[in-house]
Amino acid sequence: MGYPHHPNPRETTVLSKHFGEADARTLDGWKKRGGYKALEKALGMQPADIVNVVKESGLRGRGGAGFPTGMKWSFMKPGDGKPHYLCCNADESEPGTFKDRELMRWTPHALVEGCAIGAYAIGAETAYVYIRGEFTEPLHWMEQAVKEAYAAGIIGKNAMGSGKRIDVHVHKGAGAYICGEETALMESLEGRRGNPRIKPPFPAVSGVFGMPTTINNVETLIAAAPILMNGAEWYKKMSLSNPKSTGTKLFSVCGNVQRPGTYEVVMGFPFKEFLYDLCGGPLHGRKFKAVIPGGASVPIQTMEEAEATLMDYEGFVAGGSMLGSGGVIVIDDAQPMVTVIARLARFFAHESCGQCTQCREGTAWTTKILERIRDGEGTVEDLDTLLDIGEQMTGKTICVLSDSCAVPVISGIKKFRGEFEALIQGRRFHPVTAAVA
Amino acid sequence: MTPDLVGDLESPDYASHDRAAHGPYTPVFTGDVKRELDELLTHYPTKMAALLPALWIVQRVHGWVSEEGMAEVAGLLELTPAYVKGVVTFYTMYHQHPVGKYFIQVCTTSPCGICGAEDVVKALVRHTNTGELGLTSPDGRFTVIEVECLGACGFATPVMVNEEFIESMTPDKVPELLARLP
Amino acid sequence: MVDAKIVNLTIEGRSVSVPEGTTILEAAKTAGILIPHYCYHPGLPIAGVCRMCLVEVEKAPKLAPSCATTVAEGQVVHVHSEKSLDARKGVLEMLLINHPLDCPICDQSGECELQDYTYQEGREDSRYREPKRFNPAEDFGGDVIYVPNRCILCTRCVRFMEDVAHDPALNVSERGDRALIGKFEGKDLTHPWAANVVDLCPVGALLSKDFLNKARAWELDRTASICPNCTQGCNVTMETRENQVVRMRPRPNENVNAFFMCDWGRLNYRWMNEKNRAEHPMVRAKNGLVAASWEDAISATARALNGKKVFVVASPMLSNESLFLLTQIMQGGGGAFRVTEGEEAPLPGVEDLALRRERAANVYGAEKLGFKKTRDLLGGLGQGDVLVIAGEDLAGIDASAVSRAGDVIVISSVLPEAAGKASVVLPIANFSEEEGTVTNLRGRVQRFTQAKQAPGETRPSWLVLGDLLGAMGKQANFFLPSEVFAKLASSNSAFTGLSYDSLGFKGLPLVDAPATAPKAPIAVGA
Repeated sequence: MGYPHHPNPRETTVLSKHFGEADARTLDGWKKRGGYKALEKALGMQPADIVNVVKESGLRGRGGAGFPTGMKWSFMKPGDGKPHYLCCNADESEPGTFKDRELMRWTPHALVEGCAIGAYAIGAETAYVYIRGEFTEPLHWMEQAVKEAYAAGIIGKNAMGSGKRIDVHVHKGAGAYICGEETALMESLEGRRGNPRIKPPFPAVSGVFGMPTTINNVETLIAAAPILMNGAEWYKKMSLSNPKSTGTKLFSVCGNVQRPGTYEVVMGFPFKEFLYDLCGGPLHGRKFKAVIPGGASVPIQTMEEAEATLMDYEGFVAGGSMLGSGGVIVIDDAQPMVTVIARLARFFAHESCGQCTQCREGTAWTTKILERIRDGEGTVEDLDTLLDIGEQMTGKTICVLSDSCAVPVISGIKKFRGEFEALIQGRRFHPVTAAVA
Repeated sequence: MTPDLVGDLESPDYASHDRAAHGPYTPVFTGDVKRELDELLTHYPTKMAALLPALWIVQRVHGWVSEEGMAEVAGLLELTPAYVKGVVTFYTMYHQHPVGKYFIQVCTTSPCGICGAEDVVKALVRHTNTGELGLTSPDGRFTVIEVECLGACGFATPVMVNEEFIESMTPDKVPELLARLP
Repeated sequence: MVDAKIVNLTIEGRSVSVPEGTTILEAAKTAGILIPHYCYHPGLPIAGVCRMCLVEVEKAPKLAPSCATTVAEGQVVHVHSEKSLDARKGVLEMLLINHPLDCPICDQSGECELQDYTYQEGREDSRYREPKRFNPAEDFGGDVIYVPNRCILCTRCVRFMEDVAHDPALNVSERGDRALIGKFEGKDLTHPWAANVVDLCPVGALLSKDFLNKARAWELDRTASICPNCTQGCNVTMETRENQVVRMRPRPNENVNAFFMCDWGRLNYRWMNEKNRAEHPMVRAKNGLVAASWEDAISATARALNGKKVFVVASPMLSNESLFLLTQIMQGGGGAFRVTEGEEAPLPGVEDLALRRERAANVYGAEKLGFKKTRDLLGGLGQGDVLVIAGEDLAGIDASAVSRAGDVIVISSVLPEAAGKASVVLPIANFSEEEGTVTNLRGRVQRFTQAKQAPGETRPSWLVLGDLLGAMGKQANFFLPSEVFAKLASSNSAFTGLSYDSLGFKGLPLVDAPATAPKAPIAVGA
């Protein structure tokens, strides 16, 4: 739904149903809307059964990687004698993505409930919600929701009278995109610099504080409650294209579009209709030129690619990109691609933790070259150098920030080479249509 | 401001970022604030994990995180000041020098960039009289900086004034925003 | 490692069998293949950040960091394949884009891993056309200077201070390409082992102030030795230039010092370059001490000792060989020594490694050979005994006690004040100028070799003492220090079975020394 919050009839609002309803933020309001029923049900089940339902539902991680959630939960071996932890990744910082922000500011109790269900399912007594420091409003609502839930005995040492201890703590980040990477988040939570860790060991073996840990995105955890209430079959049926992509997905739309905002559609929804119908199409007198469909880290799509895409994990891959975090950045023909891409590269250079050589040096070098081209100082060799640096930055570092920086650069040069060359040859940018890839 | 003859030898243009000019350090973690930290420590199995929250408290109390503040936190959490400084400098939201009364952050990453964020930045710099990004206005009221993605891309251009998050800022709305700040 | 399963794999076409859990990088070393790397160091926790050691593992989707990837059965690893080489070229180019390329004025030049690998397999030119990043050099305190422009952010120094010295005085400050190594204002690198960060730094970013601009790496002669400055017996490389010791650096030994040595030991080498030396044998004539030939001086000494009880005041810096030979001239007398003391300073991350309280190389050996450790050096000197002062300066000792001696013989590299009463002075080489063995505080016997030439007519102490024994009519026919050691091994049960060959350059414990566990798994070729 765009802003203000009026769902489009073609949306399927499961998680975003109560966006815009201030009352839903309070415990009473949330309960009125059926809140905490799923947690109550979960606490009456065996953890393994919850994991099975989630597995069966086909729910996949909504943070970007799309790893099957039930399987992730099943890696947490019960009875290993170690404390388990659940981390909720609310460090939403991927440019173009703001769905978790909306979820937390409108339905904070949904996340408390999701955390409690997740924690119980993986045998954890503690869940940390790591919220990026800039999210002051979501943080405020989350803190209030946690406080209310504690006071009502929903969480705490005897969660809903189940005899189970479930603590939920909100932890505020301090300005670092990389802390959205799961191992960097754990480092940060431990009070360190947010440097991603080498894997293995994987978090399920040695995560936060060296203990078995599961880390899930906000949207993933919130989705667990309706799945438990309505059953795996109900969720699985929500799939318009590939059966491996089930349920609804929040897409946050921004950039040069009539109605930016967060939209919830069933997996497999046609991207063309999404962009033109739900989001209202391009601004007056303009045309769409390109789309970055899954947050800044995924390949740029030409409109030809985008308009043929079905919105699920497989569909975006087939369309030359990735679903990523569901942050749709729409770019119209008034925008010089070189400027857009240079600005993205600058973002990654700013956010690189600086551990790995290729990322530390490569993101900054890429940015400098791109900005030089943008300023009309580029050379033809620069494009080859950029592609080669991009190659060096791909698949060689501890985490994928380096790859993420290379992706828009490589796809941008490949798909919009004409704009780069025009600048290099001394021609100022004028709106051009993308080369067909 | 009354011109100060001695001050003229210094750059009189902008409020001081000089750490020393901000008086002797008063410890943060006493009384209620200490109790707040003690409560925080119960959330984590290690003391170190309370580092980010503790630094937030220092910034809340003093407006920035000075080296003395880092040393105080280090002592309480059984860390070395060098370690704490390494962490502080990693995260962009901890101020390592004093900033204006209103610290204004404008998102200019691509999604906002293509929606006119640069113009918002220019308007803010002009109307706050800070002269340049990162500097503080002569009256000590404003510091404006560009930041990377604030995570509200659909509401371009988002601006943060201290803890307040303002959506859909445009150059036209800047004077109105600044006027309402006390 | 005892029961570890053995894993078989192929690296660069060679079959390698190593215990389970070994990293590919270490496994490759066993096959004689050095995988280029920067951040990895066998004495530090793995960081995996430089990405230099990426290798191609067949069937793996991506290149693997060999320092952080453990071996698996049947793995086929390519170190020098096109893909791995291309990745390393990429890393090298990236490491150099902001590097000042100031090798001509860099102390590390000639022993720089960035230089070496770039020369081996780097690009010929750089494609970098942008301005380089610049940060000013910073005095880190202690013996350390930081030149950030040369830094490759491998974090070895940070990890050493945090995980080995247990004093996180260094950090990585800032992030991304702004990152650099930092410390806290007012908190210097004062840890007594901090200077190891200079050795650990693979490039010229951390430099020793003591060694700054002193010599080029290729001008140095390097000699395997033992740090003589305390009883720990850290293995070192003594580096000399134009017959001056200019630097001591640790030599890995898993049984003694792992990869490290303390700052005090490292920087305490100037005495070995002492200019004020006894350079000629001297015998007393009517008008005082006069230069004499070695033959005359030795026979004068033999005459003086003949039939007398001899009391030897020895320096605990002398080798086992020389101390042993000194015991052979006592003729019913005795021997004593004293040792300077200081504060003990352990390196917490390595078991049983410290700058020891007793600041001399061979305290344990001297005691083992029958010398009595005492502050009252001359207490055992009987009326009319011959006093032999060997390497001891007698500083601070009540000189009136010397008058009890019937005669005084000085065997030393510098002239002590008491030499005024000596009838013979025999000049000997100092620790850096001769070969021998010393025994550390855990009873480990370790060889040291000659790093520089002794001045004038000075001779090695074992040779002088051997000749003296010969002149006294005792059986002595030593042409090499190893022969003296063989004699010692055959006459002292604690040394039984040891020989220079068996000691090698990492030493062996005395027969009765307590067993000690290795301190760090030292990798082959480290």
